Amino acid sequence: MMSTDPMTLELAGQPFLRGLSPSHLAELAACATVISFPAGQHIFREGDPAASFFILRRGRVALQLDVPGRGVTTIQTVGEGDVLGWSWLFPPYRWQFDATAMDLTRAVALDADCLRRTMEADHELGYLLMRRFAQTISDRLQATRLQMLDVYGHASNR
Amino acid sequence: MLQTASAAAAVDPMAIRRFTVGRIRRETRDTVTLELHPVDGLGLPFAPGQFTMLYPFGAGEVPISISGDAARPETLVHTVRAVGAATRAICALRPGEMLGVRGPFGRGWPVVEAEGSDVLVAAGGIGLAPLRPALYALLAGRERYGSITLLYGARTPTDLLYTRELERWRGRFDLDVEVTVDRGDGGWHGNVGVVTRLMDRARFDPAHTVALMCGPEIMMRFTVRELERVGVTDDRVYLSMERNMRCGVGLCGHCQFGSRFVCLDGPVFRYDEVRPAIGIQEL
Repeated sequence: MMSTDPMTLELAGQPFLRGLSPSHLAELAACATVISFPAGQHIFREGDPAASFFILRRGRVALQLDVPGRGVTTIQTVGEGDVLGWSWLFPPYRWQFDATAMDLTRAVALDADCLRRTMEADHELGYLLMRRFAQTISDRLQATRLQMLDVYGHASNR
Repeated sequence: MLQTASAAAAVDPMAIRRFTVGRIRRETRDTVTLELHPVDGLGLPFAPGQFTMLYPFGAGEVPISISGDAARPETLVHTVRAVGAATRAICALRPGEMLGVRGPFGRGWPVVEAEGSDVLVAAGGIGLAPLRPALYALLAGRERYGSITLLYGARTPTDLLYTRELERWRGRFDLDVEVTVDRGDGGWHGNVGVVTRLMDRARFDPAHTVALMCGPEIMMRFTVRELERVGVTDDRVYLSMERNMRCGVGLCGHCQFGSRFVCLDGPVFRYDEVRPAIGIQEL
């Protein structure tokens, strides 16, 4: 039976979690809070402990690196429905990029400690989530490869 | 009533007509948009997606997609990137100077066939130029289509074409526009990432969507995969191919692509027609 808990319902509406059972969603809801970031606010910084994982409900976030000689460089932007951050999944659990809200951004934040414990305790949920993260990481890797190819650099008159 | 040269072009596709350069707009560091006016006063009717052969006198001939409005055949509009001898000569032209034109040639975008469907337009780099006439036609007949979405990717913000028009289009309630660049700069507040990543933000019904795309071939290959992933079948995907067009009428064989000639059977192809050939190297 579908839960009436607002956070469980919120999570059920997220594309990243689509298809999870009500009981799995309820487990995740216990780790989740809703959070907002005004435009320009840092959500996390490179090297800081990766204590949360975010599902963006609205707004856009820039993933950035401070490159010596070039300043802060945006590597990628993510938006509504996207997930933000997987550094919490693997030791040493530290962010590898900066993340800055480009617009007013609202997200569901899932506490990393809570999430890791939940995934350890319920391996079925852990597997289902890892599959989703693997898909997301694979998609981002493909996109980054394409970005690196600089495909527009040598185009002729299309 | 406007007189046109369609009959003349149909009779002799090798005949070169003279056009005078009118307004010139610099789009990017190496790309300009030229408005051309026929010396003979006859318009040049075309279908969105068709191309002409442009002849800057003494510098060779080059195929360039038409980027203007098919509803205004009295002005021929081309967006040209300076990448070789002929295109550099075209980009160096000044208002009042002369250019030779043959055409129009080829098969264009399926704007009529797409009626009743959602339309997804995916453009990369200068690939927006051949798609602009399709967008004009779609917007002119707006009530005949479902949702219309433009996904446009470029290398950097300074490589974006038609920036003022993009702003206008973004302001419309009946057109969704998403723009991304591979590399942002300090002043860029838009999306950063490849154009395929915009797909999930577009709102369309995959089973009733026609996709039109133009850009570097590798970008189109990845875009097709994304379309497959979301459920748009090959027979609803159209792409504009680029090969070495010379004669424009399928005689010389320079643009042969498998069993087809890009100048005659294309440049716009349905993806399921060219899928077997598209992955073959050097074809």
